[in-house]
Amino acid sequence: MPVESQLTSPALAAWAALADGHGLGCLWTPRLTRRAARRKQRTEIGPPVDLFEYQAKELFAEYGVPVPKDKVADTPEEAREITTVFAAEGTPQVVVKAQVKTGGRGKAGGVKLADGPADAYEKAQRIIGMDIKGHTVHKVLIAEATDIKSEYYLSFLLDRANRTFMSICSVEGGVEIEEVAHSNPDAIARVPVSPLTGVDHEKALEIITAGRIPDEAAEQAALLAERLWAMFTDEDATLAEVNPMVLTPDGRVLALDGKVTLDDNAAFRQDHERFADASATDPIEARAKEKHLNYVKLEGEVGIIGNGAGLVMSTLDVVAYAGEAFGGIRPANFLDIGGGASAEVMANGLEIVLSDPAVRSVFVNVFGGITACDAVANGIVSALGLLASRGEEVDRPIVVRLDGNKAAEGRAILTEANLPVVEQVDTMDGAARRAAELAAVAPAKGA
Amino acid sequence: MAIFLTAENRILVQGITGSEGRKHGARMLAAGTKVVGGTNPRKAGQTVELNGTEVPVFGTVAETMAATGADVSVVFVPETGTKSAVLEAIDAEIPLCIVITEGIPVHDTAEFWAYACEKGNKTRIVGPNCPGIASPGKSNAGIIPADITSEGRIGLVSKSGTLTYQMMYELRDIGFSTAVGIGGDPIIGTTHIDCLRAFQDDPETAAVVMIGEIGGDAEERAAAFIEQNVTKPVVGYVAGFTAPEGKTMGHAGAIISGSSGTAQAKKEALEKAGVRVGKTPSETAALVREVIRTL
Repeated sequence: MPVESQLTSPALAAWAALADGHGLGCLWTPRLTRRAARRKQRTEIGPPVDLFEYQAKELFAEYGVPVPKDKVADTPEEAREITTVFAAEGTPQVVVKAQVKTGGRGKAGGVKLADGPADAYEKAQRIIGMDIKGHTVHKVLIAEATDIKSEYYLSFLLDRANRTFMSICSVEGGVEIEEVAHSNPDAIARVPVSPLTGVDHEKALEIITAGRIPDEAAEQAALLAERLWAMFTDEDATLAEVNPMVLTPDGRVLALDGKVTLDDNAAFRQDHERFADASATDPIEARAKEKHLNYVKLEGEVGIIGNGAGLVMSTLDVVAYAGEAFGGIRPANFLDIGGGASAEVMANGLEIVLSDPAVRSVFVNVFGGITACDAVANGIVSALGLLASRGEEVDRPIVVRLDGNKAAEGRAILTEANLPVVEQVDTMDGAARRAAELAAVAPAKGA
Repeated sequence: MAIFLTAENRILVQGITGSEGRKHGARMLAAGTKVVGGTNPRKAGQTVELNGTEVPVFGTVAETMAATGADVSVVFVPETGTKSAVLEAIDAEIPLCIVITEGIPVHDTAEFWAYACEKGNKTRIVGPNCPGIASPGKSNAGIIPADITSEGRIGLVSKSGTLTYQMMYELRDIGFSTAVGIGGDPIIGTTHIDCLRAFQDDPETAAVVMIGEIGGDAEERAAAFIEQNVTKPVVGYVAGFTAPEGKTMGHAGAIISGSSGTAQAKKEALEKAGVRVGKTPSETAALVREVIRTL
C-alpha cells in the first residue's frame, strides 16, 4: 500500500488550518489588524512546524530523551570534520542521514553507514543534493553508529476523533510499522492519555506494558516515554514519534529516529521561529508572509483572492471544475485577505498574486458578511490606482464577484470606475467560468 | 423551536470590554438577542455601552449568571486567555458556551474539553474558532451576520464561517431554523453529529445542510450517523478538492485513522449514506431547493 499518500499529512493539516481561518479574520478592527495579521502569518502559512530529524533530536536531548551522539552537517567537509571528532572520541563508525521531511529516505539511498572521516565525506557528498520524493537534501545528520538488539515504536499524538491525546506503542518498531498495523494490529497498543492527568511513571509503564516492550527494556523505555511526554506538552507538539526506539546489546534504550510536529497556534508562547526552514519556502510565499498575507502557491493559471478560508478553498474547487472545460485551467494560489479588504491589503494581494508569472487571470471572490461590498469595491479601485502609482500597472484581466452585504453598492462603484482590466460577474460559478476562460485565451506574462 | 439557541436565551459575553466583545455584543443586541451582561475581572461593577444600551460588567461568569439569569456565554477573550475563560464557564455550569476566538493552541482546547467531560458535560461547548449560532428571528450568539436571512425550515451545520454565510445567502428566500458554525479546529466541542441529532429532533427543521472541509474524519463519522439515525433529508458540501496532496511524516496518523481526510473520501462517505453532495455552493443550494420542494 502506498502509505505516503494515505496518511493524515502535515500539508493536509495545513489546509485544515487554512480552513480554520474564518470568522474573526474579517472582523478585526484596524487597531487589531497588525496583531491579527501577525497571527495569521504564523498560524496559516505553511509549513506547519514539522521538524527535521536533527531538530526533533535536539528537542529530545533537551528533555532528556536519550539519543545517539550526533551533529548536523551542511557540507561534505563538515561531515568529515564531525566524523574526525567522533573518531577521536572512539566512535569512527557513523551513519550519514539525509535530512528531509518525508518518509522512505532509507530506501531512496539517503541513509548510509560510513567508516571514518574520508568515508563520511564521500557518503555525505553523494547524499547532499539528492532528490528524495521531490525534497532536495540540504543537510545530513552524522550520528554515531548504534548496535541494535531490538527495535520498538513509541509516539504521542493528538487523537482528533476522540478529542484527546493518545500514545501508540509497539514491540514491533522500525520502518515496517504501518505494515504491522495492517497485518497484526494486536501488536500495536493504542493508549488514551488524558490532557488533565498526563503521563507519570505509572502511566508510562502502562503504555510500555501495553506495547509488550520486554522487561529488559521496560524501565528505561518508560522513563523515555515520560520525558517524551514532557516535551510533547511543554513544546505544544501535536506529534512526537520515536521510531525506532532501540535496545542496544549493552542494555541502553535510545531514540534512534524522531518525528515532531509543533502546533503553530502556540507560537505566542513558544519559540518556534528557531525551526523555520527557509530553504523549503516558495519565494512568492515568503514575500506574502512579509506582507502578512495568507498565501499558498499552487500550480495553475487563475490567481485567486477571496475573504474567508472556507470560501477561498471552495473558490479553488469551483475554478478547477470550470477550468475543465478550458483544457484543464487550474487555480494558481490560495489567498485569504480576510474581510478587512482595505485598499492596501487588496493592493498587496493583487501584487503578490500577479507576481506569479503563471497567472493569466485573477478571480476576486468576496462574500460580504459583516464586511460591506462597497468597501471592498473601493479597495479594488484604490488598489489598482496604488499599483499603477508604484509602476506596476495591472496587465491581466480581473474577474470580480461581489455578493452579500451592500453588493449592489459595490457593483455600482466598480461599474462607475470603469476599469479596463476589471470585469464583473454576478455569481461565483459564472465568475469562475469567466476567469478560467480568460486564463485559457490570455498569454502568460512575458510570453 | 430551533436548536441550542432560542429567543428565551440570555447571553453573556466573556471579554465584553474588548473591541471584539463590544462590537459583536452591539451587533447581537441589534439583532434582538438578549445580551444581559459580560465579564472582565478588572472592570467588574462598571457598565459597557453597546449601541446606547448600558450592559453590566461582572468579575466572573458565575456572578453574571446569578445576577442576570444568563444561560449562554459567548467568548471573545484573546487566545492567550481563552482556556481560563472556558474553564471558568465550565465551573459555573453555564449550559452553553460558544468560543469564537481563533488561534487557540490545541493543547488548550484538549484540556478544556477534557475538563468539560470530567464535569459531566453540563456545559455544551461550541467551537473554538467558530462564527457561533444564529437562530434567525430569535437569537444570534456570535458573529454570523443577522440580516442575511430570516426564519425558515433549513438547519445548517458548518465547519467554515464564510461558507455558512454564502449558503444562508443562497437560500435566504427559504430561511433557516438554526445555523451552527462548529469551527474547523482539530478539536471542537459540538460536532456535526451533535447538530444532526438536534436537527432531527427539531420539529421546525425540515432539511439539513452540512458543510465540511478537508482534514480529520468528522464528515465520515457524520455520514455513518446519518445512515443510522437521520430520517430528514441532508444535503452536503465539502470544500478542498483542489487542496494539494501533502508530504507525509511519521506513521502515527496512519496507525490510528483509516481515513485519508480528503474531500473526495468525505464526499463518497456522505453519498454512500444517502446524502446528496453538491460540487459547488450554488449546486448545493439547488439541491436543497429540490429537496424542500418535494417535502
